[in-house]
Amino acid sequence: MLPIPLSWWLAVSAALFSIGLYGALSRKNAIAILMSVELILNAVNINLVAFWRYIAPQAIDGQMFAIMVITLAAAEAAVGLAIVIVIYRQYASAVVEEFDLLKN
Amino acid sequence: MIIQAIFIVMTLCTLGGAVGVVSSRNLFHSALYLILSFFGVAGYYVLLSAGFLAVIQLMVYIGAIAILILFAIMFSRESAMNSAKESQANRQRWLGLPVAMGLFISLIAVIIPVNWPIQQTAPTTDMVRDLGVAFLTSYLIPFEVVSVLLSVALIGAVMLAREENPPVKETK
Repeated sequence: MLPIPLSWWLAVSAALFSIGLYGALSRKNAIAILMSVELILNAVNINLVAFWRYIAPQAIDGQMFAIMVITLAAAEAAVGLAIVIVIYRQYASAVVEEFDLLKN
Repeated sequence: MIIQAIFIVMTLCTLGGAVGVVSSRNLFHSALYLILSFFGVAGYYVLLSAGFLAVIQLMVYIGAIAILILFAIMFSRESAMNSAKESQANRQRWLGLPVAMGLFISLIAVIIPVNWPIQQTAPTTDMVRDLGVAFLTSYLIPFEVVSVLLSVALIGAVMLAREENPPVKETK
């Protein structure tokens, strides 16, 4: 019926989240950081859908939450990339360390 | 048996793609690895019998978000592609690696001993219909809020990215 244990899904999701976190912490380019955030959101979605399937398969709330997360990820990507493009126009660079207008 | 094999292949796609995203020096390759990772996650949804979400994943993530990211990379091409020789990691890299590893290990340590109350029942077969009904009844307000948010994001992205003035400051 359920050939894969739930903890496998959770382990994969934790691994994906950690990889995304490492990317968000260690990348220089703003677009690369946005990509890492997308990885983190995907890890969250795997968790939601796995819990839905294994613990509450008759309810729909797990899938509903996953759909909301996907929608918010789309909005976040659109606005985030627009901000990156605006900053790139100003600074001719997408390296986040160089955006220090508000520093000091 | 074959389900486990598919799961392992999808895991290789997802985690391998994710490692490619965070480690590739060429940003364009990073975006292509990201598409591979999204494909793996769509396969997970099929294995979890959430077919509608798998289709959404393919359409929204691969069809829209990944293409949007590729567009943004091409817009900032001088910074993204010509610097492919040098490392794309910042100074915090050796701090970020143990933080991420520690988070992973602690998550695994929390996950493994828990005895989850797993239910062996099958999910409802008519999931798309149930989702549609729920969107118009119990989830009506979140649905409306999300639609407003999408409109705001659309208008905001267009307003932000529109070139109103020529660039005033050129920092090298």
